[in-house]
Amino acid sequence: MTADTQQQTPTETRVPSTPAWAMLRTLGGIALISGLLVALVYQFTLPIIAENQRVLTEKAVFHVLPEASVKHDFVITDKGGLAPVGSGAEGEVVYGGYDAQGHLVGLAITGVAVGYAGPIRVLFAYDPDCRCLTGSKVLSSNETPGFGDKLDFDPVFLKNFEELDARLDAEGKALANPIVTVKHGTKSRPWEIDGISGATISSKAMGRAANAAAQHAVPAIERDLAWLKQQH
Amino acid sequence: MAELPDTREKLTPDTFLRGLWEENPVFVMLLGMCPVLAVTSTTMNALAMGLATTFVLVCSSMLVSLLRNWIPKQVRIASYIVIIATFVTIVDYGIQAISLELYAALGAFIQLIVANCVILGRAEAYASKQRLTTTFVNSLGMGAGFTLALLALGTVREILGNGTILGISLFPADFQPWIVMILPPGGFFVLGAWLLLFNWLRLRKERKQTEQIGVTAHAR
Repeated sequence: MTADTQQQTPTETRVPSTPAWAMLRTLGGIALISGLLVALVYQFTLPIIAENQRVLTEKAVFHVLPEASVKHDFVITDKGGLAPVGSGAEGEVVYGGYDAQGHLVGLAITGVAVGYAGPIRVLFAYDPDCRCLTGSKVLSSNETPGFGDKLDFDPVFLKNFEELDARLDAEGKALANPIVTVKHGTKSRPWEIDGISGATISSKAMGRAANAAAQHAVPAIERDLAWLKQQH
Repeated sequence: MAELPDTREKLTPDTFLRGLWEENPVFVMLLGMCPVLAVTSTTMNALAMGLATTFVLVCSSMLVSLLRNWIPKQVRIASYIVIIATFVTIVDYGIQAISLELYAALGAFIQLIVANCVILGRAEAYASKQRLTTTFVNSLGMGAGFTLALLALGTVREILGNGTILGISLFPADFQPWIVMILPPGGFFVLGAWLLLFNWLRLRKERKQTEQIGVTAHAR
């Protein structure tokens, strides 16, 4: 046995010598070409993608605030107020919609809740005059087609967001009545959302998203409302 | 390392047409099933996915063909994957620049083109042995075959599952679409139906050919 292995070893080492230099050259060269191409395309598409993102947000904001023609972005600060985007403050973004005369028509606020298949991100319109939510648009969701995507198309469900009560309590820190989704056909109070039968989990998530968005943003909006109206 | 000249294919119409029918990547070779089942719920998604894959397929095959005498066989797979990944990244940015809505609809499947075996298969089985022109024509044919197959699934699934084609409604408002068709099981149903049709057609053609040979042999 030992003799055999000793005999085999030299023949095995003689078989294909690895072309180390060729391999290095090839992989290095290809990586270089690859890096160059990717960097070029990235540089070229970056401004276009940023512009697309802006247009997409604007489209969604004007969808929930159809009377608005100008949009200004604000952030909710740690102190529970609003500040213009770019002023150094960081936080969730709130979009203010103004009409051509510069009147504040409403604000678009974002809410997130976990639905049937992952998080649902929704944009809601808040109208400070009636202190209610007046529109909704799902920004992203993985809900089952034909069931969960009714959130954006079902005309009966969308009626919920024509005048959904979002008044604040006496202290102005939270909603007087948290927004909830109730079983289909049992809506009796203005802060309730009439669910979709067959898409219970999705419509309940929509209620939680609306509640989360309003609880977070409405106190800040109401606090700085006078200032907001001058921001056109 | 010099290649034998007889392995090189001459450029004929068949170089292109093979990908459409005889060696269709989806219906005959059953390659790249993941995007075939996953993103064919609408015609638009299917078309975008098909075109994106075709772009990556053609570009990476051409680059592989150009570099074919320069890549040692020990690192060929690594080289192909880097080349494919480069073009996938380019397509990824390209689609974001064209439409973010489309990008969201296609989801992770754009990045997953890297792992599409149609492309690696072309690089290994064809582009690494053939000249640039034949590679270009052949991979274009394969890409077209892949796109057609995706469209074949996408249109059927969108019509049955959503009652629309390219977003245009085909049926009156009270039509209740067959939602299962745009869900994952629908992908399997429709793919199965198409495979049945293709195999039936092929078998019928083969049977006719053998019959004809039999007839001519008998006549002699």
